[in-house]
Amino acid sequence: MSFPWAQQYVPTSPFMRWMDEKLPLPRLIHGAVGPGFPVPRNLSYFWNFGVLAGVCLVIQILTGVILAMHFAPNAAIAFDSTEHIMRDVNWGWLLRYAHANGASAFFVVVYIHIFRGLFYGSYKAPREMIWLLGVVIYLLMMATGFMGYVLPWGQMSFWGAKVITGLFSAIPIVGTPLQQWLLGGFAPDNAALNRFFSLHFLLPFVIAGVVILHIWALHIPGSSNPTGVAVKQESDTVPFHPYYTAKDGFGLGIFLLVYCAFVFFMPNALGHPDNYIPANPLSTPAHIVPEWYYWPFYAILRAFTSDLVIPFTHIVLVPAKLLGVMAMFSAILLMFFLPWLDTSPVRSGHYRPLFKKFFFFGLIPCVLVLGYCGGAPAAEPFVMISQVAAIYYFAHFLIILPLVSSFERPDPLPFSITEAVLGHDGRARLAPMAAAATTPDAAGIAPAHPA
Amino acid sequence: MTRILGILVGLFFCFALSVSLFKGVYAAATDPAAPTAESVFHKHPRELSLASDGAFGRFDKRQLQRGFQVYKEVCSACHSLRLVAFRDLKALGYNDDEVKAIAKGFQVPGLDPATGEVNTRPGLATDYFPKPFANDIAARAANNNAVPPDLSLMTKAREDGQSYVYSLLTGFQPQPAALLKQFPDAKTPPNLHYNPYFPNLNLAMAPPLTAEGQVGYKDGTKATVDQMAQDVAAFLVWTAEPKLDKRKQTGWPVLGFLLFATVLAYLSKKQIWAGKHDAGEASAM
Repeated sequence: MSFPWAQQYVPTSPFMRWMDEKLPLPRLIHGAVGPGFPVPRNLSYFWNFGVLAGVCLVIQILTGVILAMHFAPNAAIAFDSTEHIMRDVNWGWLLRYAHANGASAFFVVVYIHIFRGLFYGSYKAPREMIWLLGVVIYLLMMATGFMGYVLPWGQMSFWGAKVITGLFSAIPIVGTPLQQWLLGGFAPDNAALNRFFSLHFLLPFVIAGVVILHIWALHIPGSSNPTGVAVKQESDTVPFHPYYTAKDGFGLGIFLLVYCAFVFFMPNALGHPDNYIPANPLSTPAHIVPEWYYWPFYAILRAFTSDLVIPFTHIVLVPAKLLGVMAMFSAILLMFFLPWLDTSPVRSGHYRPLFKKFFFFGLIPCVLVLGYCGGAPAAEPFVMISQVAAIYYFAHFLIILPLVSSFERPDPLPFSITEAVLGHDGRARLAPMAAAATTPDAAGIAPAHPA
Repeated sequence: MTRILGILVGLFFCFALSVSLFKGVYAAATDPAAPTAESVFHKHPRELSLASDGAFGRFDKRQLQRGFQVYKEVCSACHSLRLVAFRDLKALGYNDDEVKAIAKGFQVPGLDPATGEVNTRPGLATDYFPKPFANDIAARAANNNAVPPDLSLMTKAREDGQSYVYSLLTGFQPQPAALLKQFPDAKTPPNLHYNPYFPNLNLAMAPPLTAEGQVGYKDGTKATVDQMAQDVAAFLVWTAEPKLDKRKQTGWPVLGFLLFATVLAYLSKKQIWAGKHDAGEASAM
């Protein structure tokens, strides 16, 4: 599937013709990331982060597979085998720091990727499936990252595992048996460490599989773009190669510079010192915090401090812990419903004056504040601040977004991508066509081409 | 339908959060958290700068050797260094014979080759630093019910690693009169020692570095308490991250190569996009 003007793959040498008949892999590459994939010509650098996330996944799998050759998933020696990697394995310190910081880099990149999608309405029709698959990838990443953090079996590994699996115990009736079943015991121990290692090895390949579906689904409608206006004509697009391979190459260089600066010069900046203390079930750390990429959700979890009771009685309807767990999972799962919560026909936040204000002055500060509070000790004023921020978080996605999309009057959209890029030249050239398309449908959510 | 359900769910969470917030504000207003001795008298570590700091920093091997001497003659009486092997000391500038001699000076657990009985033998270069106590129970019994922690990773296992170690070692002092005046119940218990850099202000470890010249430095450096504390902190930075020099040495060529490659990538991107009016960023942002 592609636009009618996409360049067709024509094998030139006899070998490539033979290959094309037997296994058309070069044809697939040509159409997926080659000259055969027309892409809007106006993508900003925010559109680099999908490719960068793919690179992060590859870095994690490569370093992870080699680390697994030296790591011992046994509670008695896991901590020491990690230090063995750091001290005695050739370049082991590089592998481990590349992997640990690679996880952070992966989340940084994915968060930018997600917020780009949130601002430019990339989740809207016809791209809902890409978005849904993306949320699945994000959930898998969170599970994989959590289990990876448990493996070195330091204090934060152990107590993080205890707290996170403890969340399941909030579920009525089945909670505690479920937690024990997940852990393979009453507390994190060898059984838990072993299965976490097994799943931590498996899930990245599941992620890779869903990534393929994500990219496949992307190639049906093609990439969105900063104007949100659908592709209408050949002049709206450029072939992926060489235009976006070149642009992604530059973006990759910048990304690797920042990533390597962390790996080589501040590899522990994003870690917690307590994880250099071997796990000790008898000594609880003063503050148990997960890795930074979970902090906003951890803050939401801890923001629910009082039970919901029937007024004037002591009958508890929903205990605070269960509320927190429900809210934390809802905070992520509501992303699945975004395409149907935000019904504005205009995709790009650039042309949505009200949405834009809520996005930049509401959502972004709210998530940053939640992140900060999630990493801070569970004490005042952080709990109150995270309560206010969590109220905004739910209000933004579940109340403000549906209402704004009903009441907002969007700014006028450019007629086409070409016009947005080339201005008057393009406008003059396309004037006869502009007269034919004046409905908001044509400007906003019309299919890329009537195929 | 999705939107109505969404709004209802949103209202539910916002209501539950408002209840929590209201109760929190009410509690804070009626019953504000009282200060504790820890919250008032705990001090942030004093900054310790070492040769190994910064992107260009390298270990000062002479300082590491002095720090090792402090560990060997003072700390090793109670603290293990279980992740470090004698062979690793070559990184401090000792040659093979010196390392063997150092190892020989330690008794490590062994087996009698004739009877198979557990005994001790002089260390070899391949051995790890032996533990001062057979087990945690023995360690507790000898140390006022506290287990002296292993020091291998100490500077990575505490906030402000090196500064914390340095401050703790030089921070022992009599309990301030102001503390007892404000918190009469917070008197340092017998056998514990007041130190404002320790999280709960009182620790079981007695001041280990007490007198100038406690360790006789061979390189002529004056062994003040402050100097010894700095040196052993530097040594513990090395034990926690023995590959630190190599990491930074590798980092610069890597960054240099990437910078070069990024400039090339930028130039080729610019050339490829020339004439395409790449106004995407300008129009979108």
